[in-house]
Amino acid sequence: MLKIHGISFEQKQDPGRCRITMESQEGLRIKDVKMQGIVKTFPGVLANDHVDIDVHAGEILALLGENGAGKTTLMKVLYGLYRPDSGEILINDEPVSISSPRDAIDLGIGMVHQHFMLVPSLTVTENVVLGLRSSRGPLLDLESAAKRIEELASRYSLAVDPYSPVWQLSIGEQQRVEIIKALYRGAELLIMDEPTAVLTPQEADELIRVMRGMADSGRAIILITHKLHEVMAVSDRVTVLRNGRLVDTVLTKDANEKLLAQMMVGRDIPQTLRTDETSQGDPVLVLDDVWADSDKGPPALRGLSLEVREGEILGIAGVSGNGQREMAEVIAGLRKISSGSVRLKGEDMTNSTPAKMIQAGLGYIPEDRIVDGIVQSFSVEENLILKDHHKPPFSHGIFLQKDAISEFAKEMVEIYDIRTPSIDTQASHLSGGNIQRLILARDISRNPACLLACYPSRGLDIAATEYVRKKLLDVRAAGCAIILISEELEEIFNLSDRVAVLYEGQIVKVADVDDVTLDEIGLLMAGAGLTETDDGNSRELVDMI
Amino acid sequence: MQGIVISDVIIGILATGVRLLAPFLFASLGEMFCQRSGVFNLGVEGIMMMGAFVGFFVTLRLGNPYLGVVMAILAGIVLGLLMALISVTMQAPQGISGIGLHMFCWGLSGLLFRVYVGFITSIDGFKPLPIPGLADIPVLGPILFQHNWMVYLSILFVPISWFVLFKTNWGLKVRAVGVAPQAADTLGVNVNAVRYQCLMLGGALAGLAGAFLTVGQANMYADNITAGRGFIAVALVYFGRWNPVGILLGSLLFSMMNSLQLWIQVLGINFPYEFAVILPYVVTIAALAVAVKNVWAPTALGKPFRRESI
Repeated sequence: MLKIHGISFEQKQDPGRCRITMESQEGLRIKDVKMQGIVKTFPGVLANDHVDIDVHAGEILALLGENGAGKTTLMKVLYGLYRPDSGEILINDEPVSISSPRDAIDLGIGMVHQHFMLVPSLTVTENVVLGLRSSRGPLLDLESAAKRIEELASRYSLAVDPYSPVWQLSIGEQQRVEIIKALYRGAELLIMDEPTAVLTPQEADELIRVMRGMADSGRAIILITHKLHEVMAVSDRVTVLRNGRLVDTVLTKDANEKLLAQMMVGRDIPQTLRTDETSQGDPVLVLDDVWADSDKGPPALRGLSLEVREGEILGIAGVSGNGQREMAEVIAGLRKISSGSVRLKGEDMTNSTPAKMIQAGLGYIPEDRIVDGIVQSFSVEENLILKDHHKPPFSHGIFLQKDAISEFAKEMVEIYDIRTPSIDTQASHLSGGNIQRLILARDISRNPACLLACYPSRGLDIAATEYVRKKLLDVRAAGCAIILISEELEEIFNLSDRVAVLYEGQIVKVADVDDVTLDEIGLLMAGAGLTETDDGNSRELVDMI
Repeated sequence: MQGIVISDVIIGILATGVRLLAPFLFASLGEMFCQRSGVFNLGVEGIMMMGAFVGFFVTLRLGNPYLGVVMAILAGIVLGLLMALISVTMQAPQGISGIGLHMFCWGLSGLLFRVYVGFITSIDGFKPLPIPGLADIPVLGPILFQHNWMVYLSILFVPISWFVLFKTNWGLKVRAVGVAPQAADTLGVNVNAVRYQCLMLGGALAGLAGAFLTVGQANMYADNITAGRGFIAVALVYFGRWNPVGILLGSLLFSMMNSLQLWIQVLGINFPYEFAVILPYVVTIAALAVAVKNVWAPTALGKPFRRESI
């Protein structure tokens, strides 16, 4: 039997058994919630354009759409975080006014945000009771609150220690705290914003059962997502948004993934896949027994070893927080290692500097493209030459060569299809997808020997995602060694030649992609050694993913 | 000189140190609440100056030092509100607005003094209030129990602040708002209201600290009487890691060093007084450099809160 965060996965063979049969509908006030004609604009952006949705008690409504389709904005309106320009909200057909989260909470609406809204320095209990009246007047009553949290936790299988400080919890546990927070406030409509994005497949699976249980107990759930398989697996109805407008609402049983994808994107989407065979090139980047400290002090990398070969993509699978960021920083020369070695193209680059790594042929697509990938206040052309600005043809002596720079920038904008009003536009005005194109243009045009791609498609819409993936495959075909860190196993499996699993600062497994299953990788990501898995289990998991 | 007994000197140094604690404790405990809620108030020094002047002036005119203290606290609250208006509602950069508030108060207190008083004069401040029974204990009595009531109050504020911060509902809001204002907001906590409350409390305590200097210690007013104590109080909040107990330790270290240098001068020990005066500051800088490294700090400190930002 496998245990992750105290939850037994043996239960998975019989989903019906652990269904929550509790107080059912009695005592619940919300029968249905409607949003009608919601319009919300931000400067220059029409985020919601006359959107109507409705959700009923006991059902899970999936709110599907690409990034920027307006899903989160719509839900933030419902939760009182944004004021709509027009439109109204009805609960049980009565118009209600929601001008702050406090109003939403009082009406029985709870929200689990995509970026968790937790105070890391406080304990679980303190986070849960924050903002609530205490039974002891001005004094906190943490003991009885902790007891109620434990009750809720066991009733909905949301195991978590009420006395742990939140910064010590895993992402999965933090999410449970978010759900408990909403339930503790008596939420009858629970909005979940991309809840599975940060979870392992097993945790996602568990969460889906928790959501089902909550719906069965008479609550309404709105699930924001852009993952089609999730919609099919858990929802009763689907509302699809595109470019801030309502496309349609359909019953899940009448839909399929292909149909939903078309509704979401507005056209057919090709799948980018690695098709050709793996070539057996020479190792380009080699990390050997690398130890490095985290920002907090304890080592984040504990004897990490890996090698990436010419012309291959090595996918790094792992739950975020297991050393991905530190590993990327070590490779980029941004973080010192305490022992071990880093070699690039056979040369020792241990504890080198970012400049030396760049000159030695490392390309880097950083995790946080806005903070680490560009200088926001610089123009597109300035950002494009950042890494070679001191070399000809971009500079002679101490002077920048304006003509050469402009010519290069225009060429890059053309080739990489960077949508920008001009090459003098400030980079911060570009959309996320175009910033990523800019970074790709800068780093790929330098013909890197090794490309470190950290979550390259995170937060991008389908078109930009496909572009990034296609570019990675192009670079691979040109002989570059690519490290692909991603939270999407599907991406890793579609692109990589080999996959390595990173767990607690170590590579616990490296294998050819064709030799492993998603299920095995998922279990390794959760910290389980490769043990035998029973067949029923694997099947269900693969379906889930 | 010969007649002075070493033990008396040591007791004297310690007793003076305890007396000097009060302004640091009041001001830095107030600043701690501000910073815990995410607002960095550099105007403490200025608010202390106004508190010092108001406390002095009310006592001089009306002859009632208690009324002086109350008015100083009210002045502090008003100035705290002003800081809140500038930095919370108008979202001005906090460092600059704090310095601005300081300059404003410095100018205003000096101006008011010249216009309405104009010369150095003394007032009848608070007398020491030996605590019956405890004041006669050898050694401890003179060190701890022969001060005026404001000194006792300042020390009492340490456990009170701790209790308020960690054991009350309001304290939980303060701690949350300074670390994750967005998260607190989604739970219906009024982030800006909490910050206003903290700035008013911080202002009240800074005003009280200032009043102590004129009504509880010097019994007179002079320009720049605070002599940088407000800025030291800001440093002590960092030194004390945003915790009342740490702030007490930091304040003790600083006031004891101050007391030591005063006694060095009083006793006429052959030690250049310029160096003696520097001593407490050097020790504070050294202690800060050693103690404040990789320390947890309220992560939203200095950042104005705006709900609708994409």
